[in-house]
Amino acid sequence: MSEQNELKQTAFHDLHLEHGAKMVEFAGYSMPLYYEKGIKQEHLYCRETVGLFDVSHMGQAELIAENYETAARALEKIVPGDVLNLKPERLRYSVLLNEQGGIEDDLMITHRVQADGTHIVGLVVNAGRKSHDYAYISSYLPDEVDFKILDDRQLLALQGPDAEKIMAVWCGEAVGMPYMSEIDTNFFDVPCRVSRCGYTGEDGFELSLANEDASRVAKMLMSHPDVELIGLGARDSLRLEAGFCLYGHDIDTSITPIEADLSWIMNKRRRQEGGFLGDTVILNQVANSPSKRRVGLLPDGPAAPAREGAKLFNEQMQEIGVVTSGGFGPTIGGPVAMGYVTLPHDQLGTSIFVEVRGRKSLWRVTDLPFTPYRTYNAKRPTQH
Amino acid sequence: MTKTYYSQSHEYVSVEDGVATIGITHYAQSQLGDIVFVELPETGRGFKQGDEAAVVESVKAASEVYTPIAGETTEMNEDLAANPALANEDPEGAGWFFKQTITNEDELTKLMDRAQYDAFVKENQ
Repeated sequence: MSEQNELKQTAFHDLHLEHGAKMVEFAGYSMPLYYEKGIKQEHLYCRETVGLFDVSHMGQAELIAENYETAARALEKIVPGDVLNLKPERLRYSVLLNEQGGIEDDLMITHRVQADGTHIVGLVVNAGRKSHDYAYISSYLPDEVDFKILDDRQLLALQGPDAEKIMAVWCGEAVGMPYMSEIDTNFFDVPCRVSRCGYTGEDGFELSLANEDASRVAKMLMSHPDVELIGLGARDSLRLEAGFCLYGHDIDTSITPIEADLSWIMNKRRRQEGGFLGDTVILNQVANSPSKRRVGLLPDGPAAPAREGAKLFNEQMQEIGVVTSGGFGPTIGGPVAMGYVTLPHDQLGTSIFVEVRGRKSLWRVTDLPFTPYRTYNAKRPTQH
Repeated sequence: MTKTYYSQSHEYVSVEDGVATIGITHYAQSQLGDIVFVELPETGRGFKQGDEAAVVESVKAASEVYTPIAGETTEMNEDLAANPALANEDPEGAGWFFKQTITNEDELTKLMDRAQYDAFVKENQ
């Protein structure tokens, strides 16, 4: 029990326990893996109705300078996306790079407009990488850019086709918000920063709240008969079906965004100008294609779920890759996997043999996502 | 007359007319959550006591099922292979995994009876 006591808790810890959560350690936090209905039912409920996720373990931070441009230019040295031209109150998915073009973390970047009218850069990074990221980002910032960690805030995600209907009850301003946008508003009488984004492939919102207000907002949401809590287990199966990367599994410090099939995070300007860490490696891969690429995989008939680490073979039974995320997709109703294969085995429809417990079964390279995006006026895949 | 024995790794052995039926306990299925796939041993496969005989997969992870006694597989539960959720719904009934011969009756005596197993589960919760 002593080890359990050392784990950090979010402001929603009591709420998790009240709802019968199976609590597990995740990135130094005690977090809910699933509640009474279990991962499969939670997953299906989120796709059909709406689910509430505690994602307060994720890292919220800000880059503050004299103006937005100064902060954005500083961040562009370590991310390949266009931060400079991100419009006010808009979000963008990107990655933090290293000098080899590898991914130090994936993150959400916001052009935040503060109450006093100043414009800054907002960040949300992965729980398991946040202390690393904070030191890493700070080490690349010039003196004129301040790095502020928002460790006095919690984060909730409301995800599913009914998310907007639920938000309308307490937060009318959220209705009609464009996908990948953010506003400062009130949730009933509680100051709340609302963004329209998510990690499930469904419509949804994330609510950033001051620590002291957080559990009151969660209680309001839970008072709605349609809102159910969803744990980390279903969060993982939902993002897997949506084809989203999980840091430390599908992407890491040795994988470039091009290999991860995330080249869409770079626009024309950044491809032309470069000027970010690892740009030589990355732009060379854009021009000449990488040696391996992340793909989706579906079995060609009944098969055992392929988990992380399962080896991949071509028709000549030569090893050509590995599964980086895999399991059972409750909405698909069968196994789904993502992994890396050497080129040219990344072409859609390519036969891939997946080895599970010594037996090889036939799978095929499949388009991602496995389940269609149903985000609000979604135009392109995005994360978190 | 059926007699049922339980292992510390949460399998049961139900013995009737010299044939052993093996599956996972109600407690085991409750810990695994929704079972989505099972891999069962082919007929004729021989096992020593404690051998890995089957695999059960939930949404989250794969777990091994060990045979609590030595013997040779005589039948696998085709209904379970087609509908793995049976292992959640009726683990100690329709959700059985496989049947096998009993090489050594003495191995049964080293397993737990229902009362001992219930106490074991309670102790380990």
